[in-house]
Amino acid sequence: LVFTEEDKYGLYSNLLFKYFLAEGIVCGHELFVASAKDHPDNILKELPAPLLDDTYGKELGDEAAAVKSEDLQDSMKIAWRYQNLPKMEASPTSYTKFGHYYDVSKKMSPELIQSIKWHSFYLHEELSSQPEMKTCNMNGAYARLLQSLQRIIAQGGFDGSDPQKKQKNVLRIGIQGLGSLLWGDDICCSDTPEDGHSLTKFLYVLRGLLRKSLSACIITVPAHLIQNKAIMERVTNLSDMVVGLESFIGSERETNPLYKDYHGLVHVHQIPRLNSLICDVSDTKDLAFRLKRKLFTIERLHLPPDLSDTVSRASKQDLAGSAKLLSSGCGAMAIGKKHLDF
Amino acid sequence: QGKFTLLRDTRTDGSFLVHHFLSFYLRAGCKVCFVALLQSFSHYNIVAQKLGVNLTAAKERGQLVFLEGLKSCLDLVFGEDEEQPGQPSPLQFLSESTSDLRALFDFVRVSLTAPDSDAWKGPVLLVDDLSVLLSLGAAPVAVLDFIHYCRVCVCSQLQGNVVVLVHSSEDSEDEENELVVNSLCHHSDLILWAEGLATGFCKDVHGQIKIIQRVSLQQAGEQDLVQIYQYKIQDRNVTFFARGLSAAVL
Repeated sequence: LVFTEEDKYGLYSNLLFKYFLAEGIVCGHELFVASAKDHPDNILKELPAPLLDDTYGKELGDEAAAVKSEDLQDSMKIAWRYQNLPKMEASPTSYTKFGHYYDVSKKMSPELIQSIKWHSFYLHEELSSQPEMKTCNMNGAYARLLQSLQRIIAQGGFDGSDPQKKQKNVLRIGIQGLGSLLWGDDICCSDTPEDGHSLTKFLYVLRGLLRKSLSACIITVPAHLIQNKAIMERVTNLSDMVVGLESFIGSERETNPLYKDYHGLVHVHQIPRLNSLICDVSDTKDLAFRLKRKLFTIERLHLPPDLSDTVSRASKQDLAGSAKLLSSGCGAMAIGKKHLDF
Repeated sequence: QGKFTLLRDTRTDGSFLVHHFLSFYLRAGCKVCFVALLQSFSHYNIVAQKLGVNLTAAKERGQLVFLEGLKSCLDLVFGEDEEQPGQPSPLQFLSESTSDLRALFDFVRVSLTAPDSDAWKGPVLLVDDLSVLLSLGAAPVAVLDFIHYCRVCVCSQLQGNVVVLVHSSEDSEDEENELVVNSLCHHSDLILWAEGLATGFCKDVHGQIKIIQRVSLQQAGEQDLVQIYQYKIQDRNVTFFARGLSAAVL
C-alpha cells in the first residue's frame, strides 16, 4: 500500500499516479482507477507514453558522453578524502533495468490502453447504488469503493478463489485524492472531524484486501489539507510505504539558489518491511525531483558548487544532512541519477 | 511468570521485538495467543522461519492460536450474516456502535483456557499492535479495559505473560494514543523502548533500545533499572551493543 502525500497543487503527485498506472498497462496488469475529481476515462487518456529502449538509451548516452570527456582521472590533491567515495554514475543503463521509462510529453496510444482490462470507479456515477456490506460506521463513499474493489478482486480471481484460472495477473489499484471533501470526508475541513475514523477504517480494510490478493495500490491524499495530524500518524502506521511530495511552486524555496535545478523534494517517510526483519534502507534520504520536458526524474539532492563570493550560504541549516552529499568532482558531475522506477 | 511487558517504539519500527518474542515463547514451549492486527500470517511465518520457528506447525499442534486481524476484518465486513450466535467475530466492535472490546477479550480467554492448554508451559498473549485498535474506532478507555481484563485473566489467574506493542512519539499529536501508552507504561513490569537515534538516520546503527525494569512496582522506594543499548537489524537476527561501540565505528 503506497501512500502518497500530494504536493500543494497536485501537479506532481498526479504525475506519479499516472506513472504507476502506465507501468501497469505496459506490464499487462489489470487496472482499477478510482477518483472523485477527474473521471477515470480522462485520467487514462493522459498517461505518458512508454519510451522504447533505444530512444531513451540514446538520449542518456548523449549526456553521458558529454560528461565522460571531462572525466577526472587525476587524483585529487586537496579534497583527497573524497577520492575513495564512489563516483556518481550518470547513465542508468549500467544498472539492471527495473521497470520502464516514460515520455511525459507524449500521450499513451489508445491501442495500448485497450490491450488491458481496466475498471473505473467514478464516485459521482456510483452514488445511486447502495452497498451490500456492513458499513461499520464508515463514510458511504469509502464503503462503496471497498465494495466495488472487493467485487472486482473476487470476480477477477486475484485472491486465488478461482483455481481454474491458470494465468495469474496483478491488479494495480490507483485511488486519487482520498480524504478530500469530494469523497464526503470532512477531515480536510476541520480539526475535529465528525468521523475521524472513516479513513483509517477504510485503509485497514483495503490493507486486508491487498494482503489477500495479488494487487498493489497507490493512494494520493491531499495531506497538506488535513488539519488533524493524529490521523496522518495513524495512516502512516497503516500503510506500507509513505512518500511525500513537496513542490517548490509558490514557496520561498522556489527562488533559493540551492534548489534551482529541482522542482521539489521527495520525502520518504516509510518504506515497506514485508516478510523480513529488515527493510532495504538506501544510503541517502534526501531526494529531489525535477520535471524536464520529457522526463520526470527523482535524484539525490545535490548542492550545486558554491561559486558565490560570500563565505556561507543562506539558509544552509534548512538542508538537513545534505552536507554528506557533496560529491567528489562535483563540478562536472551534477547529474547523479538514482532513478526510482515504477 | 505473570509479567506484563510493553514494547514501545518511537520514530522507528519495533516489530523486530514482536518477532523475537513470538519465536522465543514458541521455542520455550508456551501456549501463545497472537493477536496480529497489522500484518498477514505469511509475513510472520516467513520471518519466524528465518528465526528458526515454524508457525504453521505450531498452529497445527495447537501451540499457537493466531488471530489474523486483517482477515477477520474482511470476513466481518464482506461476509454474509452466517455467524453462529455463540461465536461472534473477535473484531465485533467494528460493526457495532458499542465500542467495547469484549468479543476480543473472550477470544483471548477462550483460546488460552482451552482444555489442551495443560500440555504447554504457561500461556502467553502477544498483541501487534495496540495502536491499530484506536485507528479502527475503539475508544482509549475500551482499549485500556481490554488490556486490564487480559492482565487479570492471563497474568493473575493463569500465571502467564502478556506482551503488547504500541507506537508512540514525544511530539505526537495523537492524544488518544499517548493516553493509552502512558497508562500502559505505568502498569508494565518491563518496558522495551526502541527509538530511532536522536542524531538522525544511520546505516549501521538502526536505533537504540531502552530496557526499563520496573522495580519500583514491586518495592516502594526503589528506582527503576534502566539500560540502554544500540542495535542493528540484520536478515536473521539483531545485534545489540553498548552505545558508541558499533562495529562500524571500532
